[in-house]
Amino acid sequence: MSLLSISGLDVRHGLLQAVREVSLLVNQGETVALIGANGAGKTTLLRAIAGSHRATRGQIHLDGLDITRMPTYQRVARGIALVPEGRRLFAAMTVEENLQIARASGRPGEWTVDRVMETFPMLKARRKARCGTLSGGEQQATAIGRALMTNPRLLLLDEVSLGLSPLAVDLVYKSVESLIATGATILLVEQDLKRALKVANRVMCMLEGRIVVEGDAKTLTREQITDAYFGHQKRAQTGMAP
Amino acid sequence: MSLVSAVIEGVLLGGYYAMIACGLSFMFGVMRIINLAHGSLAVVAAFALWYIADRLEYDPFLSLIVVLPAMGAIGWLLQRGILERSARSGELVPILSTFGLAIVIENALFEFFGADIRSLAPYVGSLSYDSFDIGGGAFIGELAVLTFAAAILLLGGLQLFLTYTPLGRQIRATAEDPDTVELVGVNSRFVNAVAASIALVTVALAGLFLGLRANFDPYAGSLQLIFAFEAAVIGGTGSLWGTLLGGIVLGVAQTFGAHVHPQGFLLTGHAVFLLVLVGRVYGPGQFFRTYLKSKLG
Amino acid sequence: MAGHSNILIQRWTNLSIGVAIAVAVALVLLFTGPAFLPDAVLDKLTVLFVYVLLAAMWNALAGYGGMISAGQQAFFGLGGYLAIRLSEWGIEPYLALILAALLAGVSALPMSTIVLRLRAGEFAIGMWVIAEVIRLLVNLDPIIQGDTGRSLIALSAFDSAVRRDYTYWTTLASMTVMLGVIFMLLRGRLGSSIQAIRDNEEAAASVGVKVLFAKRIIFVIAAIGCALAGALWLATFTTFQPRSFFGIQWSAYMIFMVLVGGIGRFEGPILGAIIFFLIETWFSTAGVWYLIILGFTALVFSLFLPKGIWGYIEDRFHVLLLPVGYRLRILANSPTAAPGDARQ
Repeated sequence: MSLLSISGLDVRHGLLQAVREVSLLVNQGETVALIGANGAGKTTLLRAIAGSHRATRGQIHLDGLDITRMPTYQRVARGIALVPEGRRLFAAMTVEENLQIARASGRPGEWTVDRVMETFPMLKARRKARCGTLSGGEQQATAIGRALMTNPRLLLLDEVSLGLSPLAVDLVYKSVESLIATGATILLVEQDLKRALKVANRVMCMLEGRIVVEGDAKTLTREQITDAYFGHQKRAQTGMAP
Repeated sequence: MSLVSAVIEGVLLGGYYAMIACGLSFMFGVMRIINLAHGSLAVVAAFALWYIADRLEYDPFLSLIVVLPAMGAIGWLLQRGILERSARSGELVPILSTFGLAIVIENALFEFFGADIRSLAPYVGSLSYDSFDIGGGAFIGELAVLTFAAAILLLGGLQLFLTYTPLGRQIRATAEDPDTVELVGVNSRFVNAVAASIALVTVALAGLFLGLRANFDPYAGSLQLIFAFEAAVIGGTGSLWGTLLGGIVLGVAQTFGAHVHPQGFLLTGHAVFLLVLVGRVYGPGQFFRTYLKSKLG
Repeated sequence: MAGHSNILIQRWTNLSIGVAIAVAVALVLLFTGPAFLPDAVLDKLTVLFVYVLLAAMWNALAGYGGMISAGQQAFFGLGGYLAIRLSEWGIEPYLALILAALLAGVSALPMSTIVLRLRAGEFAIGMWVIAEVIRLLVNLDPIIQGDTGRSLIALSAFDSAVRRDYTYWTTLASMTVMLGVIFMLLRGRLGSSIQAIRDNEEAAASVGVKVLFAKRIIFVIAAIGCALAGALWLATFTTFQPRSFFGIQWSAYMIFMVLVGGIGRFEGPILGAIIFFLIETWFSTAGVWYLIILGFTALVFSLFLPKGIWGYIEDRFHVLLLPVGYRLRILANSPTAAPGDARQ
């Protein structure tokens, strides 16, 4: 059985229909990349899985359990962890405190503050520093560490490369790869196509709230992806000028 | 009374103001709700303590054992029953809800207890008028010192709780980002209810000291709310110790004003408060902000 | 947009034209009231007009400007006080009433430079503090002998029937004028700004709406209106007592009327004032229970029916009596026709 199963999901963002009839599966141990242009609905979809947005229609199942109506903090207790777009750290609190607070989920597991420090060695020196004073890369590491502290079964990563220098992104993705190597299940949203294709098993492309292309990361052609990204396929079908 | 006595009295009065202000700031800091029923809730506690002292003949300090948890429970119910719901409609609705609540509370108190002015002072022996001789003909009231000490303990305890306990961390995080805090597994509804309980426990304590140092009647809540608000604003909402500073500034302003003119007590306090507001709007910080804005277009 | 010629933008619907005519007729009848209405009715109507005025002013502040004030009694009391003060200086009493209101409006200008920059809750209590400060300052004036109060003595120069009529007309005229001012404001360019602010202040500012300017205008108008109400209350009941005129109960009444009647709608406060007036007539002998019920009702409405009765009616039945907004009517024979229409 797949770890995450979504069927027919509709999600509104304010007055906008951000996610339309989305159905997808993520299997245990898989890494799935969600790509698409800005405004395609990727972040809203991740937030809907995590519980920050309520779906108006459709279902979300985690390992067979229907979590569609479950409040956010309970989903975290069941094993979903979202690293939000823009990190969203508690800036007035220290790195250590940000990590400690994630223990609220109450999930047993191997992740501790020390283990996070081992996984992201750059944070060792910044353990007692306020998160508002961290660099972009350090913040991203803390945010991922914070999510890991909940001992998740499913890790959702939203644009972890956003706003970071290439070097910092390298470091972040090295950690992501080591997580994948330990068997983690990851659903990630990524603007950087190259990185997304490099780490993912499968790729899904969203356009205007729908999933328009889905396939194996290694076999999907560049052309198929860019068509889906920019919607050429759709226009070709309706015969209207772009 | 000498000026020195007046200032010292003002500083000690600041302790009381800090006590009554901290619950108001706390609730605003965590839930972004300004509770207009804050003052009348302190009066509820004062009446409860009075009733227990007068009818059941228990010492007011001892009665706290019952009144503090009871007020905490009321805080919980208040949050879950009223505030949570009103906050969903936006920032403005809780103001209306708590205002309506304040009107209900003070008039219900009047219906129940009548118009008579009460005090807790008769039930604590000589505490309310004993004083220490600090030389030079100046005296400071034992009660005032006790109040100030209680305020320090309260604020200190609260600060320790927020800094070192897991629940305290959750409260701080919820205050900063209630949306994200859920994403790390914190039940923000629970945390808000805890915060409201804590706020009302502080209100109950303030109610005790209100009843000890002054008279109160069913409609005394309005003035207490105003004092709490002024102390919180003067101190700058943000830190608990800022609230203590705000309380002290307010207290000193008031006692200084009373020293100068018989009607000066209230007016000087209000004047200092308004000055601080003007300073906040047009002060150096704001000046630089508007200057930069005009330069950057 | 395809087919735009099939969409009409209207200000007046048939219903609102009918209502406007009815309102005009009603006003004429009311003005001729003293000729055929008994004294007791005139007195009651005078009180009702004051309530409508207060409700409309509080609604302008909160419903249109997004400013919730727990301190409008500052201006209510100031109006009463200034009327007495001006009358002591020899100004003819009914003129003093109007001047008092205008002076209060002037005083609101420097006040606005500070209070308008406050956040929501701070503004609410901040105005309450200002009411207290003004009350304390007023008490310093020797002609106000503390809480025993002071009468508008000059009124006794009038014969009581004449006084009743003059007060009635002044109150009716004040209410009509202030309602008219609000109405014209909402219909004008500022009106769209105001409604944008009401719906979303940040978004309004981002498209260039002069938020502070609009709020200031509303603040000053509300100050004048509330001060007028206070002055007229003085004219009706003759005696000015600071504690009563500057009391928080006036805010309680205003909040009740607007919450129950309908916030942010033009017709809401009028409905709320009528309801409040009826409740007061029936329950004022019930002592504080009356206030408990008011507070409780305001609380319940804020939680479950925040748009008030009129807001509910408008949303449910799409009724628009007075032409304050715009309507889009999609004509029946156009390809884009759909049942119902959109209201701004």
